[in-house]
Amino acid sequence: METLNFQFASAPASAAADPALCGVVGSGNLEILLNAGDLPNQCVVEIKTSARGFAETWQAVIGAFAAAHPAGGTRIAINDMGATPAVVSLRLAQALAEYQGGAQ
Amino acid sequence: MIPSLAARHSWFEATARKRVAGLLDPGSFVEILPPAESSPSPHLAKLDLPGAFDDGIVIGYGQLEKKPIFVAAQEGQFIGGAVGEIHGAKLVGLLKRAAREKPAAVLLLIDSGGVRLHEANAGLIAISEIMRAVLATRAAGVPVLALIGGSCGAFGGMGIVAKLCSAIIISEEGRLALSGPEVIETVAGVEEFDSKDRALVWRVTGGKHRYLMGDCAALVEDDIPAFRAGAAEFLAAWSEPVPSVGQLRASQQTLENRLAAYATFRDGLQVWAALGVAQPESVPMLDRDSLVALKEGLPT
Repeated sequence: METLNFQFASAPASAAADPALCGVVGSGNLEILLNAGDLPNQCVVEIKTSARGFAETWQAVIGAFAAAHPAGGTRIAINDMGATPAVVSLRLAQALAEYQGGAQ
Repeated sequence: MIPSLAARHSWFEATARKRVAGLLDPGSFVEILPPAESSPSPHLAKLDLPGAFDDGIVIGYGQLEKKPIFVAAQEGQFIGGAVGEIHGAKLVGLLKRAAREKPAAVLLLIDSGGVRLHEANAGLIAISEIMRAVLATRAAGVPVLALIGGSCGAFGGMGIVAKLCSAIIISEEGRLALSGPEVIETVAGVEEFDSKDRALVWRVTGGKHRYLMGDCAALVEDDIPAFRAGAAEFLAAWSEPVPSVGQLRASQQTLENRLAAYATFRDGLQVWAALGVAQPESVPMLDRDSLVALKEGLPT
């Protein structure tokens, strides 16, 4: 397992009352827990992943997410079981949508 | 008629959270120890494996047709729904609270291969604590209903837990047994049991077989509303019997008779023939309603 920590500048997300969870820690999947963070213009991410050696890929995927979505003021915790970058991007967008009240 | 894909809500394919949401009255579910307040398994972390925030089980309370219900749902996609220390403690805590607060029932959505081997003794102890808690909850007058229809079925320790429940509701896709097919093949050889033979696995452990054997109270479609209707219907007609030695002896005798009658059989087909099914080979292709009608027409 590898633990990775990132922090990206991002436009503030609209605040939500409850944390959002999406996904499952199953093969090729991941779970994302999105909480309110302390820094309004920062998206703070901690990843625990079973696949070692993909730090640069994670950085690129989450950087693109933070640039494309207003994810500031959030703290994102991820448990990963080998999800592909496309799955990670979709789950991040889903978690943010649920966090901001756009439930499934 | 085959319902359109959009209108189908497969229990088999749903996550634990989706099953709970569809099983209880809409919006009534309140989670105890939600992911943000729970902690992942410390044992998996020591083995350098990622955990899940809820340790693979969702617990809480809500309503089923306006009756107060406690519910626990295992997530089969996370390490095969296996029971670790935190996972087990959450389930035991829910059952103990049920024995105290006496909801109308506890619904146990089993989707598990049994004990989480990574956690060794902690997982085994968790299983034994769950068994004791199920019996204590039932002794307190609260029915515990097992619902089985996930991809991992109910095997190992969770197979035993299922049989300790007041009753089991299963779908054709569901499976129930003690040792899983791969375990049997590994221990006793492929001549004993071929775990790659999917049809055989279902003929020996699958929902239809378990229902024909009388191991399950109801067979339902692989559909979340069908499980909901099945659970509501069962609970409406059920009162938890007071445990008695006489009842225990009668169950023991039934099991001994069953062992004497079927122990030499190699396949569900032989059991179904012995049960009085005229065309056992047709059973795997029967739909749910036809199978229920067949079972009701069998000699008792």
